[in-house]
Amino acid sequence: MPSAETARLLPPHLAALRKEIEGYARGYGLDFFETIFEVVGFDEMNMVAAYGGFPNRYPHWRWGMDYEQLSKGYEYGLSKIYELVINNNPSYAYLLEANMDVDQKLVMAHVFGHVDFFKNNFSFAHTNRKMIDEMANHATRVRRIVDRVGIEKVETFIDRALSLENLIDQHRPHFRNPSEREKTAAREEEEKRAIEVHGFKNDREYMNQFINPQSFLDEQRKKLVDERAKLKKFPERPERDVLLFLLEHAPLERWEADVLSVIREEAYYFAPQGQTKIMNEGWASYWHSKIMTEKALRDSEIIDYADHHSGTMATRPGSLNPYKLGIELWRHIEERWNKGQFGKEWDECDDLRARRAWDKKTGLGRQKIFEVRKHCNDITFIDEFLTPEFAMQQQLFVYDFNEKGASWQILTREFAAVKGKLLQQLTNFGQPLIDVTDGNYENRGELLLTHRHDGVDLRPDYANDTLANLAAMWRRPVALETMGEGKKLILRFDGKEHSERKLE
Amino acid sequence: MSPLRIKQDHNRFREIVRGKIKENLRKYVQKGEMLGKKGKDVISIPVPSIDIPHFQFGSRKKGGVGQGPGEPGDSLGKEQQEGEGTGKAGEGEGQHTLEVDLSLDELAEILGEELALPRIETRGRKNLTTPKVKYSGVHTTGPESLRHFKRTYKQALKRSIANGTYNPENPLVVPTREDKRYRTWRLDPQPQSNAVVIYMMDVSGSMGDEQKEIVRIESFWIDTWLRANYKGLETRYIIHDAVAREVDRETFFHTRESGGTMISSAYKLCKEMMDKDYDSGSWNIYPFHFSDGDNWSADDTRACISLLRDQIVPKANQFAYGQVESPYGSGQFIKDLRESFGKTETVALSEIANKDAIYQSIKDFLGKGK
Repeated sequence: MPSAETARLLPPHLAALRKEIEGYARGYGLDFFETIFEVVGFDEMNMVAAYGGFPNRYPHWRWGMDYEQLSKGYEYGLSKIYELVINNNPSYAYLLEANMDVDQKLVMAHVFGHVDFFKNNFSFAHTNRKMIDEMANHATRVRRIVDRVGIEKVETFIDRALSLENLIDQHRPHFRNPSEREKTAAREEEEKRAIEVHGFKNDREYMNQFINPQSFLDEQRKKLVDERAKLKKFPERPERDVLLFLLEHAPLERWEADVLSVIREEAYYFAPQGQTKIMNEGWASYWHSKIMTEKALRDSEIIDYADHHSGTMATRPGSLNPYKLGIELWRHIEERWNKGQFGKEWDECDDLRARRAWDKKTGLGRQKIFEVRKHCNDITFIDEFLTPEFAMQQQLFVYDFNEKGASWQILTREFAAVKGKLLQQLTNFGQPLIDVTDGNYENRGELLLTHRHDGVDLRPDYANDTLANLAAMWRRPVALETMGEGKKLILRFDGKEHSERKLE
Repeated sequence: MSPLRIKQDHNRFREIVRGKIKENLRKYVQKGEMLGKKGKDVISIPVPSIDIPHFQFGSRKKGGVGQGPGEPGDSLGKEQQEGEGTGKAGEGEGQHTLEVDLSLDELAEILGEELALPRIETRGRKNLTTPKVKYSGVHTTGPESLRHFKRTYKQALKRSIANGTYNPENPLVVPTREDKRYRTWRLDPQPQSNAVVIYMMDVSGSMGDEQKEIVRIESFWIDTWLRANYKGLETRYIIHDAVAREVDRETFFHTRESGGTMISSAYKLCKEMMDKDYDSGSWNIYPFHFSDGDNWSADDTRACISLLRDQIVPKANQFAYGQVESPYGSGQFIKDLRESFGKTETVALSEIANKDAIYQSIKDFLGKGK
């Protein structure tokens, strides 16, 4: 049921379209939050898009940069934002004022697909569904800090924090982590039990309180505890959530910690969208295509629809369009489960002709895709459902950089390689795996991060600059263990100079 | 929702890009080219962007998965390909620079913040205009320092009479926020100075196509910028090889000729022009000359230097000479000029090694704070 507010925001003919499309979407079994559509002009659209979909963000030049790119792209007719939707309850989506009705319908259908995905996919289960309010709060918090300490200082700090924003633990939201206090309590408990203090040897018991007075014993105990603590690793286990580690252990001023926590919270909010890009875009495209072609299209709109749909699905050699890959994979899954192309018998059949003609009329496709949209993210989606047939159909290939020809080239079309590369690209969602491994490196209070090298080196100049940003927060030297050209390296920044040391 | 909110962020970004604030970010600014294509009032330059450094994979050797036809071994092109779309965490877009067309005015404005006509003086009162502040109106908002006491009082009086609180026995009138009136101003263009720019360009045979291209681009930009910023500026164009002649703007930017080089011919024509049309008492005069520095003879160079020393430089606000590097020419001319005028403040000399040096060279000529 559209609320009174929704009705107020949409002009009558769009409200009617929305009602129609929503009806189709529900009819197909999509299950979404209430969705509020707002009609905006291109300038506002560009602003909201630059703000990552939100009407209000903390002040930072980066939004201005995105805004400029979007505005210029629009002004010169090079690009246009079609849809924008926020994972929130109720969800908000924006319609571009100047769009044709057929586009508005397409966008609405697409948006209902997204909102169904937000609501039902497990990756989003722990996201804040009142994020619009939260973002506005963040904006106010940061603005207040700016009023107090000045834009220069705050912006510089944000630049640094953003430089580290990818250093979060993508899987953390799915675990309940013990709080710092719980951890400390547990540690202290354990230590108390383990340590036994023996005073000087003494076989005359009445002398004991003189030879080994309580204050002396306490002192001894404290010494042992301190020694034990020194031996203890800090952090106990490698910590993937570098931002959290900084929040808890770096000597940040209060406003700095506040800003950093804003950045971290927003990074976690956006993370699932990165983890499900292919699925999510594919899912929304699958549904707009289905709703439009089966229900909503009028005869006069077919050409425009086809034009815009194919524009969204276009591929270029050397890049992967998540909309295209996603929609095709969803259709592939639906077809396989409709025809019964799964299970032991199917897996063991290696007669190509039989496989091609395989149709058991199981008709489970629809049910299967709804199930998959609940339980997968991009990695498991690709891992589970990308088949050799699909890779061949879609002409997938691996490309790499040919140093000699100084150009990119197609390396292979071999299935295992394609799938392997795709999964590698998706591992940790394209980010290098980096942990805090020592908060007291070399026993000098320095911070050591370790990069789990999986074959690809880090970009060295950026690695050094990022280290400098990290050092500014840690306020002590910082180091990163990584690999460069096959050798283990320690990159270090001491607050003034960068150094590099090769490990044997 | 006010669309204005993001303008603050936008202004901030533009200031960073232009190097006004936050020098530390400057190295991450990916600048566009100065000039992609000439022609009909549009040029193509990339939108600037600033990269925030992360721990991230080096893009070379990274590779990825693509989609489309082709055999293993086929090239996909030389540009950097990103495995865009997959696996980029965070908010949607990754970093990509997009090429857009920018109007000349917009570009001139960007240039403008770092440039100015040097040593411009008030001479004559004819053409050149500069804005002057004029208090011309009254508004309901404004700074307290500009409060219009009389109008504010009148307003308060009217209001208190209208709502019946005014008592002639005790004529106390207290203005409220709404009663206050403030002076407002507007910028009035004031004709101030006359200025003329005389462009001279060597189009002789020793100038290769590339050299001519550079000279054209540079003078084109200087011209574009000056026109955008100084209304009513006069411009004259001279091209020369062994002889000099005056041409119109169109011809100046599009002629290709060849022949020997006698720079003095251009200077002579320039001097005649100045004598005839531009009395230095009422005109700011800016001659610009571009060449590859290869002159016909040492004698001619001497003639040039004496023309400059005795006639042109004393009357001009600034004489600018830009020399483009050429594989054929000796490039001697700038050395001779430097010897004679190296210490003269009103002579600006600049060597232009290649297209990338054009911007620096323009700054040599028109950089602020000279």
